[in-house]
Amino acid sequence: MDNFMAARSQMALSLGFHIIFSCIGMVMPFFMAVSHFIWLKSGKPVYQNITKAWSKGVAIFFATGAVSGTVLSFELGLLWPNFMKHAGPIFGMPFSLEGTAFFIEAIALGFFLYGWNRFNRWFHWFTGIVVGISGLMSGVLVVAANAWMNTPTGFNYVNGTYLNIDPIKAMFNPAWFSQALHMSIAAFAATGFAVAGIHALMVLRKRNVDFHLRSFKIAAIFGVIAAILQPLSGDISAKMVAKRQPAKLAAMEAHFVTRPATPLLIGGIPDEKNKKVDHAIELPGMLSFLIYDDFTTPVKGLDQIPEKDHPPVAVTHYAFQVMVALGMMMMALGILYLIAIWKKKNWFEKGWFLKLFIAATPIGFIAVEAGWTVTEVGRQPWIIQGVMRTADAVTPMPGIHYSFYLFTAVYFTLSLVVIFLLYRQIKMVPFIYDVKPKTLHQDQSL
Amino acid sequence: MIYVVIVFLWVALLLYLVMGGADFGAGIIELFTSSPNKSRTRRVMYNAIGPIWEANHMWLIIAIVILFVGFPVIYATMSTYLHIPLTIMLMGIIARGTALTFRNYDAVNDNMQKVYNKIFVYSSFITPLFLGIIAGSTVSGRVDPDATNFLDAYIYSWLNWFSVAIGFFTTSLCGYLAAVYLIGESTEDLERRSFIRKARLMNVAAVLSGIAVFIASISEKIPLIQWVFGNIIGIAAVALATISLVLMWMFIAKGKRYIIRVLAGFQVTMILLTTTYKHYPNIIILKNGKYLSLIGNRGADKAIEALGIALLVGSVFILPALVYLIWSFQKKKGVANNESYH
Ligand code: HDD
Ligand code: HEM
Ligand code: HEM
Repeated sequence: MDNFMAARSQMALSLGFHIIFSCIGMVMPFFMAVSHFIWLKSGKPVYQNITKAWSKGVAIFFATGAVSGTVLSFELGLLWPNFMKHAGPIFGMPFSLEGTAFFIEAIALGFFLYGWNRFNRWFHWFTGIVVGISGLMSGVLVVAANAWMNTPTGFNYVNGTYLNIDPIKAMFNPAWFSQALHMSIAAFAATGFAVAGIHALMVLRKRNVDFHLRSFKIAAIFGVIAAILQPLSGDISAKMVAKRQPAKLAAMEAHFVTRPATPLLIGGIPDEKNKKVDHAIELPGMLSFLIYDDFTTPVKGLDQIPEKDHPPVAVTHYAFQVMVALGMMMMALGILYLIAIWKKKNWFEKGWFLKLFIAATPIGFIAVEAGWTVTEVGRQPWIIQGVMRTADAVTPMPGIHYSFYLFTAVYFTLSLVVIFLLYRQIKMVPFIYDVKPKTLHQDQSL
Repeated sequence: MIYVVIVFLWVALLLYLVMGGADFGAGIIELFTSSPNKSRTRRVMYNAIGPIWEANHMWLIIAIVILFVGFPVIYATMSTYLHIPLTIMLMGIIARGTALTFRNYDAVNDNMQKVYNKIFVYSSFITPLFLGIIAGSTVSGRVDPDATNFLDAYIYSWLNWFSVAIGFFTTSLCGYLAAVYLIGESTEDLERRSFIRKARLMNVAAVLSGIAVFIASISEKIPLIQWVFGNIIGIAAVALATISLVLMWMFIAKGKRYIIRVLAGFQVTMILLTTTYKHYPNIIILKNGKYLSLIGNRGADKAIEALGIALLVGSVFILPALVYLIWSFQKKKGVANNESYH
């Protein structure tokens, strides 16, 4: 593995790891706020138990998210010093605001996790909401930084120097809105389905059915609504990509040759050498329609883009297909769930219904990883689209592959430990939360 | 605005050193606690640092963000030539942060706890050690952009007696801060006395490693003595630190827990002041004798301005909330100490 590949792999690994924890950190506080709210209103102890059980999970994820995020802010420099030297001041605005958002989140989390029975109940509830909102804010801000790499604005690039820097304009770059919207919804969809799936499994196994069924319903409704909105926001994203990064769009669609009434490809194996796609289903005119709202306008293909600016087509295309396929599946499940709420209440006790949601546990996160692969690999060979090449940004230090192996080992171990801890939390539910109502109020621990 | 940003950078570093340092120190203390007392130490410690742990480590993130937004060349140079110690420090941060959380949130209390504890104490030691090494390296004049081989560029930039001595000095300062902090947290007399003993031990360690820093600086031809004693601010700060040290030991005997904390924090502030004052605004001294300076190597004006405003606005939100957080957990300690920490 050469230095450059190692640096890219390490960056991808660290981000791919961090994103899982940050999604959970952004979204779980809202689930907790709902169950917490129901508890405060109805006084049903099971909701307090759900809130507490979740908050323990969140603490584990939050700590892991926080350290992996800290690592990232160093890694940007460790791996891409030349990028940061120029980009730092331009796209730094969201990062400096993000610092504030993190700080507020961390403080609010301190209040929330350690505040049971110490504060006014509604103040305590409110600190949970603050955790969620500031988490979401930090997600939106950091995505703004990434969107700047895709659609750089707020400076003039003249003869290799960066002039007239305007950090505010850089923050509100063209792709900022579409990416932030799509990412925030994705976080809700992914986390909602994952949490719902785990609780569905417990319901199916007849463990503490009351506890798990109620948890399932709270998580699922968030996931379901998000999953239904997701393709809509994906469409907004795709139009933005078509406008600002035609090479990325062409790679996503494995669209080698420009032609009118551009078809949409479903599946298929891109053959980068011969510039064709095998075994794909073609929907004539659909891509033109999706991008330009009419069936004839041609969409720019890779043949209109210089070879040296082509991203890897196969990876981008596969990743895109995976994301969209999973998105469609989640949307279908979402519609099924809404039917269950409105018409078919008895489905909630049916094995097949629960099994569908159990099977869907990981798919939201797989879609998130796939989506980021589209965004990041599709931007190659640029680190700042059209301005700086990734290869020019990499650190001069040799031997990065050792560091990559080290990070791989560490993140692999951490993932195992987190799964192990989560498993233990769930296993302990009957002992900690199986309510003997009298002792409940003496339970002062977290 | 540039001065606002520099002040924030300095304060963020200081707060990380004081609050984060006390936090690391707690792990260092655990390393030096005999096993029967470990779990008690751990409980006192966890009650003390639990609620603010997240907030403490934010100071580092703020500092790093200020560096890369405001002083990108300095950030890029550091992360290139000090890549290896930075990576080791990051490993320490990962290990420590996760071990602390895991051990408190593992639903089952079994042998895994031993594993978490081991990781926690060792990483509490490694992290400030390398933090100190990094800080020492920036001023040691060993960072060499003209280096032509791997060793000169990426190893000797930080592996020298001076940097290592600063590493140990930082580590003992952390242990010292934690011990002083925990004196005030402990509820039983026995416990209190044990923390006082630890504080004394760490105080001695800090003085010894401080002396080692001076010796190393002479052998490495770094004009540290001149930086510290060559100007009135330096001399005054050292004198004040020494006086406050004496005062602190008097107040410890009297059991004044807030005063001793303030004094210990003050000492660390003075130490940071003396070491940064003389070569301000230069923060990286290169081997070829040039400097990277906070003034000369700052980022674009607009960026500095936006950063400064973000920091000012941010602190309007953050500071009151943070103060309220710390205050409310101090006030409600009565509840905290009765509570099982699990
Ligand atoms: C639950 C996760 C999830 C689901 C179901 C989808 N996406 Fe997505 N997608 C993401 C999660 C995601 C993401 C991980 O959040 C990305 C990466 C960058 C971004 O802003 O969002 C993304 C990026 C992304 C991009 C690239 C944006 C860019 O590079 O700037 C496009 C064009 C789409 N998506 C389109 C879609 C469409 C048409 C979907 C139809 C079902 C879809 N996504 C479902
Ligand atoms: C799209 C990608 C990202 C999203 C959505 C995201 C979101 C988040 C969220 C919500 C948190 C709060 C921690 C938690 O709740 O678990 C977090 C933590 C953090 N992230 Fe990210 N992040 C992303 C990428 C990055 C990148 C690229 C960096 C660094 C340059 C970064 C730096 C950090 C830091 C320093 C923290 C720790 C803050 C703390 O202690 O609370 N993140 N991230
Ligand atoms: C958390 C979600 C994200 C994931 C999963 C992700 C994934 C990836 C992947 C797969 C690569 C490697 C691409 C390649 O080299 O072929 C990459 C590169 C990179 N990403 Fe992201 N990314 C995320 C968000 C971000 C954000 C928010 C930022 C910055 C603000 C960022 C900055 C970078 C940089 C600097 C590189 C290296 C240069 C490059 O390859 O273009 N990423 N990321």
